[in-house]
Amino acid sequence: MFAFLVKRVIQAIIVMLVISVIAFSIQDNLGDPLRELVGQSVSEAERQKLRDKLGLNDPFLVQYWRFLKKALHGDLGTSYFFKRPAAEVILDKLPATLELVFGATIIIVVFSVPTGVFTAIYPMHWLSRFAMGVSIVGISIPVFLTAIMLIYVFAVQLGWLPSFGRGDTVLVYGWSTGFLTKDGLVHLILPCIALSSIILPLFIRLIRAEMLEVLESEYVKFAWAKGLSRRRIWFLHALKNTLLPVITVGGVQIGTLIAYTILTETVFQWPGMGFLFLEAVNRVDTPLIIAYLIVVGLIFVITNTVVDLIYGLVNPTVKLARPHGGGE
Amino acid sequence: MRKLIGLAAIAVLGAVLSVSAVAATLKMAYDADPVSMDPHEQLSGGTLQLSHMIFDPLVRWNQELGFDARVAERWQRIDDKTVRFHLRKGVRFHTGNEMTALDVRWTFDRLKRSPDFKGIFAPFEACNIVDKYTIDLVTKEPYPLVLHTATYIFPMDRKYYDGYDAKGRPKDAIVKHGDAFASTNASGTGPFIVSKREQGVRVDFTRFGGYWDKNSPGNVDKIVFTPIKEAPTRVAALLSGDVDFIAPVPPADLDRIDKDSKVDLVTMSGTRIITFQLNQNRRPEFKDKRVRQAIVYAINNEGIVKKIMRGFGTAAAQQSPKGYLGYNPNLKPRYDLKKAKQLMKAAGYEKGFSVTMMAPNNRYVNDDKIAVAVVGMLAKINIKVDLKTMPKAQYWPKYDERAADIMMIGWHSDTEDSSNFTEFLAMTPDTVTGYGQYNSGNYSNPEVDKLIIDSQKVTDAKKRTMMLKKVEQILHDDAAFVPLHWQDRAWAARKGVDIAPIVNVMNFPYLGDLVIK
Repeated sequence: MFAFLVKRVIQAIIVMLVISVIAFSIQDNLGDPLRELVGQSVSEAERQKLRDKLGLNDPFLVQYWRFLKKALHGDLGTSYFFKRPAAEVILDKLPATLELVFGATIIIVVFSVPTGVFTAIYPMHWLSRFAMGVSIVGISIPVFLTAIMLIYVFAVQLGWLPSFGRGDTVLVYGWSTGFLTKDGLVHLILPCIALSSIILPLFIRLIRAEMLEVLESEYVKFAWAKGLSRRRIWFLHALKNTLLPVITVGGVQIGTLIAYTILTETVFQWPGMGFLFLEAVNRVDTPLIIAYLIVVGLIFVITNTVVDLIYGLVNPTVKLARPHGGGE
Repeated sequence: MRKLIGLAAIAVLGAVLSVSAVAATLKMAYDADPVSMDPHEQLSGGTLQLSHMIFDPLVRWNQELGFDARVAERWQRIDDKTVRFHLRKGVRFHTGNEMTALDVRWTFDRLKRSPDFKGIFAPFEACNIVDKYTIDLVTKEPYPLVLHTATYIFPMDRKYYDGYDAKGRPKDAIVKHGDAFASTNASGTGPFIVSKREQGVRVDFTRFGGYWDKNSPGNVDKIVFTPIKEAPTRVAALLSGDVDFIAPVPPADLDRIDKDSKVDLVTMSGTRIITFQLNQNRRPEFKDKRVRQAIVYAINNEGIVKKIMRGFGTAAAQQSPKGYLGYNPNLKPRYDLKKAKQLMKAAGYEKGFSVTMMAPNNRYVNDDKIAVAVVGMLAKINIKVDLKTMPKAQYWPKYDERAADIMMIGWHSDTEDSSNFTEFLAMTPDTVTGYGQYNSGNYSNPEVDKLIIDSQKVTDAKKRTMMLKKVEQILHDDAAFVPLHWQDRAWAARKGVDIAPIVNVMNFPYLGDLVIK
């Protein structure tokens, strides 16, 4: 276990180093940050002066070395737009994004498991066919379109839900949350549905396929023969084994979910990391872009590690670290 | 009869109610929020919009492009190089300090130090104090645009910005990158005070109780400003009642908003000219005036305005929009495909040639679609265009390199004056003087250069108008560039939020004077 964690920490460091090199080497192609910092009529000479001051005229290696030295002290640079440390800006926006992902995850879990199981048990039922049909639509509509449609139906036409933003939030131990106020919760509904719309159908289909396979397996047939109750067979024996691959895919998909927040947050003007990133790209706020990529890389490594740990707990045949002196 | 009296009573009551407007909260959404609270940090529309909320200029533009007195109550020209401004007495800053000539001079000196604003103030020699409430603005040469420039002088509270902050840095420093006192704190004479600011998310304003302008009809005592980047979301927020006032309104939604009975749409012909420049250094063909003219004749810019801009613009044949001194009413859009073909033939390019073109895809309204349409139009005179469009962040470095034969540029005159267009877009490029900084066409005409430089010293408006009109005529005849259109401006608000009197073509809504019924 300990060896496994050490390995993962080293892996994380390598991932982040690679990301920082890539981010640094593409920054020249992102555009000229000076264009966003000064007005259009400012002379080229003034721009060069500022560029020198910001160290943008230094050779690549000098800039990268300067960045690494600072990064080791926890300083990922200062955002051009926010004029504050980039890491601090991102951490400020992290709660909004994580709450969005959390809300979407709840929707996914609550809807995908029962629907997946139902459609596997009664594949020919009209409800199953309906669910399958809707899920195809869900997968094929891009998330920003879903989001805009949701806004027009529920905010503009019906006027039931707010159209943008996070609403009122409260600070709990330095974490600004929208889950504890009515206004905050109301603001969460549409963005969470939009965000879950891509992953939810995928999970329904995954659970359905796995469940169908498990229901055909020998041990389930044996259980039927043994005369166990239907509920016990479906929900205890079959579902448990269905969930193993779902957890693996789920871990990876949480990463994807964070990627999709960029679109969802932009449409809903959700003040999170994804929206921040897109804005940073538009403004050529390179320190913020690099810091974002590093933080997201870190989140990916962490979620994968956690998934591997859980997998080990659920499935005892998986060993995380090989014992000395041979394999299994 | 009794019924009639009753009706009259109701009418009177209604009138009384509508007159005595009560304090109201305005929820508004723009596409972006201001970068900084320092009015001298960045010369941009966002900065000026904010400046008009927390500061007041000496004079400001009105809807007819004339000047209204603000903290300067009157002014007169003393001689060729001097304009005297009489400041209003009893104007107080948010701190309670009284605004005096010392504050104006302090602000003027700071503007001269600002990398973004020093260009505009380059013609000025000094700001001299005559007495506590009188200042003289002195220019190096006779200068016609003193009042235009005075719209940029928003007096700052000298005492408030005096001294050092907690980290020992001067409070008045203008810092582009990194935090600074003036970027996050402000004391002006304006109608609003920033009460809370979460950058990129929301800014709250409250009305300044000691605001000098007691005649202002404005009854907004609180503003909640939210940036909403995505146009469809911004429109949805207005239609669903989550916000009261939005700008800009995307052309695709103009009809929808216009027809909605709950909201009002206000549009105005704009001043930003969109053009293509034909690079004569890269393409010998473009050195031939006939080829340039042929291109102008081949491009149906009225069609572009109608079809692509959905009427949200005015087709142009020159740089200066109507209302500017140099606007030449004789110049009309000249789409004529037959003439274009004749000119190509006369120039010896009947069979045409191939060129490259670049345009941004997120800078101007429908910029990429316009470029695509122009490519199709040029194909009709056998000019094959290889078009590349890209986000503005990548486009500007390409523009600076002059990376394509035809490049798109839009320009709004910072001084709201005609000569600014030509100085940047059509004068012979010169790295020392900075003229022609955005002349990627490398059009060069000594007569135009001379007329513009001379016009800068002419304080006689009539004479100057003649000169600037002549410049537009020459540029038109020479087909120095391809004029497309002036982008319109649009704002939309919930009914009852009376934005029509307070918006203007510069897009600095004077929110202090906004009335909500």
